[in-house]
Amino acid sequence: MSNDTQPYFIVSTAPHTHSGSSVRRIMLDVIIALMPAVLASFYLFGWHAVRLTAVCVLGCVGTEALCRRLMGRDLGIGDLSAVVTGLLLAMNLPPALPSGMALVGCVIAIAIAKQVFGGIGYNPFNPALVARVALLMSFPVAMTRWHDALNPARWLGFAWTVPDATTTATPLGLVKTALTMKQPLPLTWDNSTMLDYLLGNMSGCIGEVSALALLLGAGYLLFRRCITWHIPVTYIGTVAIFAAILRVVDPATNMPVSFHMLSGGLMLGALFMATDMVTSPLTRRGQLVFGAGCGLLTILIRRWGGYPEGVSFAILLMNALTPLINQATRPGIFGQSRKKK
Amino acid sequence: MDWMPVLITSGTIGGVGLACGSALALAAKFLSVPEDPKIAELEGILPGVNCGGCGFAGCADYAKAIASGAASVDLCAPGGPDVLKKLAAATGQEATATEKQVAMVLCQGNEHRAVHKHIYNGVADCNAAAMVAGGDMLCTYGCLGYGSCAFVCPVGAIAIKENLATIHPELCIGCKACIKACPRGIIRMVPESRSVHVLCSSKDKGPVAKKACQVACIGCKMCVKLGGEAFEMDGFLAKRNYAIPATSDTAIEKCPGKCIVKIGASEATTQTAPADGAPSGSHA
Amino acid sequence: MRTTQALFKLRGSIHPEYFKGLARDKDIVAMPLPKQLCVSMAQHLGAPAKPIVSKGDHVLKGQRIGEAAGFISAHVHAPTSGTVTAVEDGPTVTGTLALRVVIEPDGQDTPANALPPIKDWTTAGRDTILARIADAGIAGMGGAGFPTRVKLSPPPDKPIDTLIINGAECEPYLTADHRVMLERAEQIWQGCEIMRSLLGVKTVRIAIENNKPEAIKAMQTAIAKADGDVAICILKTEYPQGAEKQQIFATTGREVPSGGLPMDVGCVVENVGTTYAVWDAVVNGNPLIERVTTVTGHPVAEPRNVLARIGTSYADLLAFCGGLTCDAVKIVSGGPMMGIAQSNLETTTTKTTSGLLFLEASRVPEYTSMPCISCGRCVVACPMDLLPAELSNRIEAGDYDAAESLNILDCIECGCCAFICPAHRPLVQHFKMGKSRVILKRRQAQTKS
Repeated sequence: MSNDTQPYFIVSTAPHTHSGSSVRRIMLDVIIALMPAVLASFYLFGWHAVRLTAVCVLGCVGTEALCRRLMGRDLGIGDLSAVVTGLLLAMNLPPALPSGMALVGCVIAIAIAKQVFGGIGYNPFNPALVARVALLMSFPVAMTRWHDALNPARWLGFAWTVPDATTTATPLGLVKTALTMKQPLPLTWDNSTMLDYLLGNMSGCIGEVSALALLLGAGYLLFRRCITWHIPVTYIGTVAIFAAILRVVDPATNMPVSFHMLSGGLMLGALFMATDMVTSPLTRRGQLVFGAGCGLLTILIRRWGGYPEGVSFAILLMNALTPLINQATRPGIFGQSRKKK
Repeated sequence: MDWMPVLITSGTIGGVGLACGSALALAAKFLSVPEDPKIAELEGILPGVNCGGCGFAGCADYAKAIASGAASVDLCAPGGPDVLKKLAAATGQEATATEKQVAMVLCQGNEHRAVHKHIYNGVADCNAAAMVAGGDMLCTYGCLGYGSCAFVCPVGAIAIKENLATIHPELCIGCKACIKACPRGIIRMVPESRSVHVLCSSKDKGPVAKKACQVACIGCKMCVKLGGEAFEMDGFLAKRNYAIPATSDTAIEKCPGKCIVKIGASEATTQTAPADGAPSGSHA
Repeated sequence: MRTTQALFKLRGSIHPEYFKGLARDKDIVAMPLPKQLCVSMAQHLGAPAKPIVSKGDHVLKGQRIGEAAGFISAHVHAPTSGTVTAVEDGPTVTGTLALRVVIEPDGQDTPANALPPIKDWTTAGRDTILARIADAGIAGMGGAGFPTRVKLSPPPDKPIDTLIINGAECEPYLTADHRVMLERAEQIWQGCEIMRSLLGVKTVRIAIENNKPEAIKAMQTAIAKADGDVAICILKTEYPQGAEKQQIFATTGREVPSGGLPMDVGCVVENVGTTYAVWDAVVNGNPLIERVTTVTGHPVAEPRNVLARIGTSYADLLAFCGGLTCDAVKIVSGGPMMGIAQSNLETTTTKTTSGLLFLEASRVPEYTSMPCISCGRCVVACPMDLLPAELSNRIEAGDYDAAESLNILDCIECGCCAFICPAHRPLVQHFKMGKSRVILKRRQAQTKS
């Protein structure tokens, strides 16, 4: 029965004002921050980057909508988190990966790594990384078939049909092969190669190669306060410290620090994957521990592990430790921590 | 085919299994804690819904309490007279079966009948809603409809329809979990055989109650005049006296607030014991 | 120089939009007597007062109509002369019911003159002044409404060395305290001297946020001739600088221990409005029957700082400020961060009504039950260094024991966490529920043992 004499007012508990932040806005900021790297990947890897990005974004959003519908819940794609997962997944794939495999990745990311746990906010692991690792295990050949950036045929695509003729190993792959074969370091490292690496002119996953574009995006996220410096700085810092120690101890088999900074997925991982809010610790102190752990695991895998690159595994392993870190780094509360001396 | 590895493997695994199994068997025999066989027997009699209505943490806990003599045998509501009889026989205690009691929401104020006070925005839970400006309904006694009772019901007997909780009497096992969950205290235990109820809990004076809800008791005492001792007044609120059967339908027809209803068949003329002691006092 | 900067930074804070400009420059205006005044008996923390008048009685302005019921309670006085038309249950600010005395003013405003002015309070003696503060029914006017007499007579085992006058007014929109400091600086200082002599302290800090330069200037002039360690403490403009524990920390660097009171660290904090009321009660013999309330918000035609009698209905206050120019969807008694939303305008002002805020639809946040995305912003914003995200998850899951071990009882309900939560979770409501459950559980455990 409606009451016509007076309007109804809204009543809730305080506060009655809000900062205006929203999950959607945060996700939109991440998408904006990823744009430089996405555009760089389009330029560097051509049609295949466009194809993978489109497949992954549509695949993730579609899977999300389908899962939510099957579970009888709100669609929930308006928060744009599936778009972010799709973009991140695409950026973690090699350029020649068939679209079908990328779609499998989307289903793994959204259905298994996210919605099974209850959707946004409940997933213990970074969905895009779970999908990447699952693909790496399932399709080891396709997931390690690399091509150089700026391949002249990148906008046409025939070169890709004869993959063996044009594939190249990633820099980290070359180093790993040399390490296992006990050969001398295969790469020369001078200013011009460093510049190439910074801009992304090397082989690798479509979104990880251009460190410069990734740093630009991370700068935007820092400016928008979507991420804080704690995880990226400790992550990259730890890798740098251990790479430096290794270089000093044995310069014959270890690449310099700058090589470790710019190659592989470190920038993408440290700036965009490890900083994922849901799967990283709540407190600042916890984030420092998390970043350092990621860095340590990354360098361990790169130097001694079975894979040339360890960023994905490092972050996933630390994701698993996040609840524990949260518990261990609870702050002392106001009025209890600093007792009168 | 070389059978040797197969034999070795199955032998090893089988051997390990056998060793572990024997160890477990021995442990079970020598390390076992003697338990009163009575507890197992009593637990077998109890229905096993673990509703907690008896006040103990589940059926096993209640069985233990009966065996130790800490609890009487007549606390199991879902079991009904059957379980009571068996428990009494098993323990040698005497117990007289009382009639099964079911929970009833004494309110009919759904979203079409009851007037809202404001639009509530917050946690969808009756206790939470009641904390904010006293609940979003103008009637301070009525059902809030956020389903805190339905949430705790172990058998899913409570449905929320149009912002009103309704309990299915056939499904209700009488565990009283909903009574504890309701911030308004409008859920009452009633004898299962009684079908005529006063479905209003508003103690407000007539005009106030009427303003807040279309189906409110306005305290006119019509039912007491027409229905005799089956109804009684508590201030401005009519209440059912379940000890006396309500045999005539005139009170239902004449009630100006339409808050007396009959659910199911007419009541028999026999008298039953009143529900949980006194008929009134459901308000916390 | 009698001005200091805050010594310590808050451990967590937020920066809301303040909108103080709506009413900041409006002089305090006394509102004419309304047709009816409904004086609640539950205006303060502690037991509600007992009404000592009945229907049909004629009362005089300042006559006591409610007797304090216990130690932590306060007297209530008739705001004007007139006839008692009812003593009945009425809605309070929080939506619960409490006894109230309804008075129909006779328009004469005849004073009862029950309390003689104490012109020379320096020689009057401590007990006389304390009795006067109790007789005037003064309770903290900042929001909580703690009876001032109790606050000003700490037990002997808690030595007090600092008196802090709270003029931070960190709530957005509200400007009542600002105007009081601007227009009544000298009286506030006198009230401050009275309380200082009661407590026997040398150190006085007047805490004001740096977004009120005029108020700082006015108070500086007022304290120019003061002796002893008296200073204006300028606080950075951030929320919640006005919260008692946070303010003590900012001005003195002392942390009130968990579960403790300001007197545990030798401090007493009084609001500027209360300080003025103390002066008025002692020097003029006026009981607390009126206060300055900011009526503000974008939908209000003429936002104002209104000096209104206690018991004025919100509808009358709004009408005095010209009504609404557009639809308001939320009425808040108090500020937007900690104020209490009202169902309607029937509620009446009390000793603690610092503001009446009207909000239009575009400025009202909607709380949802979206899951937490663990962004950690609430952890950074919490001035008590709690973990709001985890607390709220635990309470949602019904795990009140975990909430207790995560120190839920230390939550001051300032609302910083809910203000910045991107998932729009009703965090403060969770904590209110959790706190009441934990307190109930503790009480039950106490009665059992």
